[in-house]
Amino acid sequence: MSSFEHMHHAHCESGVMSSMLRHYGLNISEPMVFGLSNALNFAYIPFVKIGGMPLVAYRSMPKSIIKNIKKNLKIDMKLETFSSVKKGEDRLDELLKEGKIVGAQSSVYWLEYFPKEIRFHFNAHNLLIYDKEGDEYLISDPVFDKSVRCSKKSLSKARFAKGVMAPKGLLYYPTHMPKEVDLKPVIVKNIKKLAKNMLRTPVPIAGLRGIKYLAKNIAKLKNKDKKYAKLFLAHVVRMQEEIGTGGAGFRFMYASFLQEASELFNNDKVLAEASKMMLAVGDEWRDFALMIAKSLKSKKEIDFKSISQKLLDISENEAKVYKKMLQFKANI
Amino acid sequence: MDINSVPQDESSTYASMKKAIYASDDEGKLTSVASSGWDVEEIATKMALDDIDESIKEAYEEVKAGKKSPLYYHMYASRMDLLVLSQSSGFFQWSIKRHFKPEVFSKLSEKKLLEYCDVLGITLDEIKVLPEVNDE
Repeated sequence: MSSFEHMHHAHCESGVMSSMLRHYGLNISEPMVFGLSNALNFAYIPFVKIGGMPLVAYRSMPKSIIKNIKKNLKIDMKLETFSSVKKGEDRLDELLKEGKIVGAQSSVYWLEYFPKEIRFHFNAHNLLIYDKEGDEYLISDPVFDKSVRCSKKSLSKARFAKGVMAPKGLLYYPTHMPKEVDLKPVIVKNIKKLAKNMLRTPVPIAGLRGIKYLAKNIAKLKNKDKKYAKLFLAHVVRMQEEIGTGGAGFRFMYASFLQEASELFNNDKVLAEASKMMLAVGDEWRDFALMIAKSLKSKKEIDFKSISQKLLDISENEAKVYKKMLQFKANI
Repeated sequence: MDINSVPQDESSTYASMKKAIYASDDEGKLTSVASSGWDVEEIATKMALDDIDESIKEAYEEVKAGKKSPLYYHMYASRMDLLVLSQSSGFFQWSIKRHFKPEVFSKLSEKKLLEYCDVLGITLDEIKVLPEVNDE
């Protein structure tokens, strides 16, 4: 029997990393992983399409949490991709036999334990494989409240799905874990880094500039085909709420990180305040989603202008949080 | 968000799944809470699903009428579109569009068909025809 303990998390990648670190003795919460890996972001990329709609992301690039945790906490980790399905399958079995728990990238569409309602072609879903029984893998999928089982066939199909962000069978696991990590310097560095990233993005499609860019495009929807406009708005909400954890969810998680960080720095007031502000911004993102849902349901003309304005307000209020974060002075 | 405001709307699109969300408890401490769904999200997901279903139905009719090859139907049935099919199969979009023509499709080599079968997750027998009952 494996002594692995499944935990329910808000997001797949930060969840996998938190469970993995915990299993190997570093007790680091999911929000802490999220904060330490600088994962919060925003991007609106009109020229990258998902299901015919522009990409809207509320966090950093897939795999960046794994890579940043590895780098920032100085953990030796191995990331392996495979040239053939067979090699990828054999390697997974080998690692499990060694008693390791293994992170994997997969496509949601091919994972049989996902409900059909949310099985879309999304190739950057992360999960943890902790054991095998017969031809079935025991999986800790962080976004499920209980651990699940998956057939070899389904898992292989998911690990070797093709297309954008193809996982190529990616497996990852630590090879050496420090006994203790001083989180404080990492926290200080990443809080500053994130605030600067969001406030001073060099490109107009990311950070707060990205939010404003999306707001502008929402205002322009009134001249577009009605059906397209509706699907566009629904898409923004889906990217925000259904995929991963969403815009609000990530803001709530970051607020939790800021709170935890505040406690580590003797209840630092600036961080505690920033946490409260971020929590409030998360609520605003939910209001924004609610506003869209209501107008999608309503028979009245959609008020694109006020939806767009709401988003501009959010970007202003989010900016205040990042400015607050920059006021943080650590005495370490 | 306050833990008491975490929506528990038992959304059909969650299919009894629960999602974890961080919310603030009575003492202001942020903690993870399981949510059974949110109506707002359900509306958005359903719109996307309805849109997909519509495409599948339209494709089914077009294939049935002999205007398009079965590949066209199977693409939508696998929740793909031209872009995703092109990205996952490696075929150019223009060449896939040619394969949507029944006369071109019927002459496709087994090798090419098998590549489509692989990304669509169906068999060689299945890809050549429409399914008997359209249960989508």
